[in-house]
Amino acid sequence: MTSELDIFVGNTTLIDEDVYRLWLDGYSVGDAVALRVRSGILEQTGATAAVLQSDTMDHYRTFHMLERLLHAPPKLLHQLIYQIPPSRQALLIERYYAFDEAFVREVLGKKLSKGTKKDLDDISTKTGITLKSCRRQFDNFKRVFKVVEEMRGSLVDNVQQHFLLSDRLARDYAAIVFFANNRFETGKKKLQYLSFGDFAFCAELMIQNWTLGAVGEAPTDPDSQVDDMDMDLDKEFLQDLKELKVLVADKDLLDLHKSLVCTALRGKLGVFSEMEANFKNLSRGLVNVATKLTHNKDVRDLFVDLVEKFVEPCRSDHWPLSDVRLFLNQYSASVHSLDGFRHQALWDRYMGTLRGCLLRLYHD
Amino acid sequence: MPGKLKVKIVAGRHLPVMDRASDLTDAFVEVKFGNTTFKTDVYPKSLNPQWNSEWFKFEVDDEDLQDEPLQITVLDHDTYSANDAIGKVYIDIDPLLYSEAATVISGWFPIYDTIHGIRGEINVVVKVDLFNDLNRFRQSSCGVKFFCTTSIPKCYRAVIIHGFVEELVVNEDPEYQWIDRIRTPRASNEARQRLISLMSGELQRKIGLKVLEMRGNAVVGYLQCFDLEGESGLVVRAIGTACTLDKLSSPAAFLPACNSPSKEMKESPLVHPPSHGCRSTHNSPIHTATGSRLTQNFSVSVPTLIYTGMGSGSAGKEGGPFKALLRQQTQSALEQREFPFFTLTAFPPGFLVHVGGVVSARSVKLLDRIHNPDEPETRDAWWAEIRQEIKSHAKALGCHAVVGYSESTSICEEVCILSASGTAAVLNPRFLQDGTVEGCLEQRLEENLPAGCGFCHIPYDELNMPFPAHLTYCYNCRKQKVPDVLFTTIDLPTDATVIGKGCLIQARLCRLKKKAQAEANATAISNLLPFMEYEVHTQLMNKLKLKGMNALFGLRIQITVGENMLMGLASATGVYLAALPTPGGIQIAGKTPNDGSYEQHISHMQKKINDTIAKNKELYEINPPEISEEIIGSPIPEPRQRSRLLRSQSESSDEVTELDLSHGKKDAFVLEIDDTDAMEDVHSLLTDVPPPSGFYSCNTEIMPGINNWTSEIQMFTSVRVIRLSSLNLTNHALNKNFNDLCENLLKSLYFKLRSMIPCCLCHVNFTVSLPEDELIQVTVTAVAITFDKNQALQTTKAHVEKSLQRASTDNEELLQFPLELCSDSLPSHPFPPAKATSVDYSSFADRCSSWIELIKLKAQTIRRGSIKTTVTVEKTSPMGEGNFRNRSAAPCANSTVGVVKMTPLSFIPGAKITKYLGIINMFFIRETTSLREEGGVSGFLHAFIAEVFAMVRAHVAALGGNAVVSYIMKQCVFMENPNKNQAQCLINVSGDAVVFARESELEVVSTQQPAANCQPACTGGEVTT
Repeated sequence: MTSELDIFVGNTTLIDEDVYRLWLDGYSVGDAVALRVRSGILEQTGATAAVLQSDTMDHYRTFHMLERLLHAPPKLLHQLIYQIPPSRQALLIERYYAFDEAFVREVLGKKLSKGTKKDLDDISTKTGITLKSCRRQFDNFKRVFKVVEEMRGSLVDNVQQHFLLSDRLARDYAAIVFFANNRFETGKKKLQYLSFGDFAFCAELMIQNWTLGAVGEAPTDPDSQVDDMDMDLDKEFLQDLKELKVLVADKDLLDLHKSLVCTALRGKLGVFSEMEANFKNLSRGLVNVATKLTHNKDVRDLFVDLVEKFVEPCRSDHWPLSDVRLFLNQYSASVHSLDGFRHQALWDRYMGTLRGCLLRLYHD
Repeated sequence: MPGKLKVKIVAGRHLPVMDRASDLTDAFVEVKFGNTTFKTDVYPKSLNPQWNSEWFKFEVDDEDLQDEPLQITVLDHDTYSANDAIGKVYIDIDPLLYSEAATVISGWFPIYDTIHGIRGEINVVVKVDLFNDLNRFRQSSCGVKFFCTTSIPKCYRAVIIHGFVEELVVNEDPEYQWIDRIRTPRASNEARQRLISLMSGELQRKIGLKVLEMRGNAVVGYLQCFDLEGESGLVVRAIGTACTLDKLSSPAAFLPACNSPSKEMKESPLVHPPSHGCRSTHNSPIHTATGSRLTQNFSVSVPTLIYTGMGSGSAGKEGGPFKALLRQQTQSALEQREFPFFTLTAFPPGFLVHVGGVVSARSVKLLDRIHNPDEPETRDAWWAEIRQEIKSHAKALGCHAVVGYSESTSICEEVCILSASGTAAVLNPRFLQDGTVEGCLEQRLEENLPAGCGFCHIPYDELNMPFPAHLTYCYNCRKQKVPDVLFTTIDLPTDATVIGKGCLIQARLCRLKKKAQAEANATAISNLLPFMEYEVHTQLMNKLKLKGMNALFGLRIQITVGENMLMGLASATGVYLAALPTPGGIQIAGKTPNDGSYEQHISHMQKKINDTIAKNKELYEINPPEISEEIIGSPIPEPRQRSRLLRSQSESSDEVTELDLSHGKKDAFVLEIDDTDAMEDVHSLLTDVPPPSGFYSCNTEIMPGINNWTSEIQMFTSVRVIRLSSLNLTNHALNKNFNDLCENLLKSLYFKLRSMIPCCLCHVNFTVSLPEDELIQVTVTAVAITFDKNQALQTTKAHVEKSLQRASTDNEELLQFPLELCSDSLPSHPFPPAKATSVDYSSFADRCSSWIELIKLKAQTIRRGSIKTTVTVEKTSPMGEGNFRNRSAAPCANSTVGVVKMTPLSFIPGAKITKYLGIINMFFIRETTSLREEGGVSGFLHAFIAEVFAMVRAHVAALGGNAVVSYIMKQCVFMENPNKNQAQCLINVSGDAVVFARESELEVVSTQQPAANCQPACTGGEVTT
């Protein structure tokens, strides 16, 4: 006796969250059944392995049929075929677009192209995430990227509107899209200590302050050539950043800056002497990062540079985070007292964001 | 020119890409009714076209309005080649033809293609202007209401129940016409769908005419079936019960399940035991203004005849010959009728007087080509024959009527088994006559069977019993005789006294048969049938005893014929009726008493059986009050504690002969057997596993012994097909396979629905078919309904404990969300549901819906053009989300797709049906030539059934309804050809579209607010304890 056909269709589509998770994690039906058996479900319910097998198959089939709709979540809301309560719809979408930290760290900042897709095999082996799950996550990134790529308006809002994700997840996707678009290098060994959260935090700051959308002018003319987009850094701004060079190139200005900072921080900093000794190096590092951002290559290396030029020196001198904060605050604020320096607004736009990023990046 | 049909095509959405080059579609729509066709403009290059057409007007006869479906075809315009069809929508406009139902059909309909399934949706508005036509010779029957529900619909009352109506129409099956060889499968399927739609419209109209002739205005318990006879044609037949219904202005108690039968009712004159005198209760002159309330399309004047059969004082003296008198009375009411049959399974109180037992008849026919479709005499004659037989069986049981009547067929090649079954009964004539007493509902307070046992009393003469039965005095009233077991096809009467809970009981049986042709085949089958009936009954009886119960309700025996085997599947709901004696146990004895080890084995088995009975009694809470054995003045011997029947295998066949064949009334299958046929049978008895704790199941409308339903329901269809290994099949192996198939299927259902515990599977409906030599297909449709274990508002403490316990141990449970859809659950639960595990759930659900809410809001703001403004607020302050949560509770109405509930029951727990919108009767064919690509047979059928559900829901929603009651999947014919990568499936479903309102919504609205507010506080409290 073999089962040829075995289906269950409810007027309300049954969704088993545990099975959904197993499906999303890319397990085959067989593996999923084995995992469910191990969870002790048979003992709890008194079911047999055959029942479990049939149940799992059924759920997998349902998910497979729903997957097409999940690729465009608004479709899931409007379709008539599967009657699913709104809370469950939200859950299906949210889980489908959720991703693994380990996976996202591998592809963050990489081009979401076919070439990267080939690397998924390696990522799967490295992270222990099934290839199927890697594919889903990668395809999600790519799909979201494709949809919002050419769109105007807030990146987070666009993601949310087209994929109906929770606020948190939409922000994460905004970060992923932003990183993929600007191709920030995140895979270097010295960046390994950073989590996705660290990068997402920085991405958000940068989107808010360094992109065209960040200027905050609603485009009066819808056909204006200025792209109102959160995806790309504001080219003009990057160009302007060259003006900051004077802060380190002008010896007097540099000395003045240093003395202002030192006066303000004397006695307040545990690592005052180290700071005093390193001031010029640190300042040079931070300003040089700014001035180089006109080159795409250097944009990509932004995080590498920040870690090399700032995080690592401070860390080797054992600066506590509170001291870093004090220093950065003072360092950016003191510039306002430099009479010879005329680019205060530019400096604030640059340093405000950079300060936030550096503080986030500064940990072990 | 009595009608004008108006159609407007508004828009389409989610259309498929028809032009690969542009990834777009140039869609237009053809609207066809009868022979008239209109077209919309082409809406170029869009997957979401906005046609917004003018009103297309069809001026048609109402006859056509009834017969024809409205056909809407969506096409892709192609300049150079023929236009490609995207798909079709058939709309049955019948619901618009009677005044009380829907007034407009408007909504999104899935566009359906027989090859590709659902391909997008189309928004259509349909209206009908009917002109009055008083022509008496017209052929239409507009205005007659149809209900699938097999009881009087909830917001009506029965003025008169006229009786049986039947009709059948035949045609050639387009699939078997010569043209089918040259046309495409799509054209062929569509021809078939169109024809069946047309035929069922015609059938309904003809039935309606018969109803009008009988001066009724409605058909209740309407059951329409298709017989796909293959080359010999296509038969569409229907049966129903004609009634005169009256709309209730404010429906009274609507939920039979929740009503305790403990209303103080006075005794009825008609059903009172004869030892008491009878007195009248309804001597008031009777006048119902039925005529004026009928729909305007026809007029019937109901003569105000007064039924005075039991007039005041007159009958009081004649208690003794009462039964005879009653019979006589009713006889006269029924004798004009050819067939005193009723398709109802539940009745107005007082309608059912006595129940005799199940009557059934089967006949095996050889199909031949229907030569003249306009005169389908043969098929008519076949059914008339069977009905005649049923009628005579009922007579033999001393009954003049048959209730819970149904008909079915099973076809294999050119052999067809016609079956009919019902429950012989004695009815109260009052409802059957013109000009009944005023308001049955008012009347019913005065009618009562003595504490719900009257229907158990035997209607037949005890000295001239039609079959061997053991009679005792009724355990309830002790005045009348009752049989020791009672089998019926009806639902448990609401006023019946039941002890404990009921359970689903199934008998399953296979018999191998030689492959044969024509007459030889038919003969072989008819020879096997009695044996199968006998065994099915034996199994039912044994299982019933094993459960410690004494009555079966909703019995449905299905015999299916295949190439090389016959299958029998009987389902019923077992209960313990307080009026009937305690069932005896099962005793087994060996055939070779001198064999010691065998003896031991036997006694071991015996012990197991006794244990099972004891366990079942506990499980189903059957603990009848101890009855002193000396029944006062009983001339009948005491009920046997144990019905004992020793038998050897060799004897068994003799016994069969004696019971079945030599009896002379072999089809009056009220068999009385205490017997186990063979060891295997005993084993198979014991393999039936009871449902896991927290689960109950029954095949009737409501579960005896459970009455505190909560509002969560889940209707489902499950299909399984197994392939038998063809090697040395024996009856025994076959039985085991079939038994396992059914048991495993039930187990799977229990597992799948475990998140609903405590819950009951109601109206479990199994259908067996044998699509091919070695394939067995079982289709189950049922509804799972949750109930509150702790009556009503009992102790929140238990909740707390439960939730704590679950929260700590049972992650999975915690994650199972109730299936209730948000739109009706939000306002309707002033208190958290019984399983208060949903602490997490509710907050999560809130979160989820607030996301969606939030997203929608944002989408709006973005559309308005102000970018970035709202975002910062929401990002920074948590207030934003809080606000949204408050909002999300209110406008659930803007949820994009309305929820439509479906249930095979005639009611919706916790809700009140406020309006019946009309019958839903849909037929779909789906075919594929890429079976593997669609996920194999399972993927194909799964998708198709989901699509069928979706189309039913869409039609109901377009009628303005929010539920389908009395839903039934009448046919699910699945054929596959894996070698060719092809499969085909036909599905026929029906039900009643209704509008329902939650009880809580009907209550004072103002109470909701404080209750809702207290909810978070309550749950919070529970968590902290």
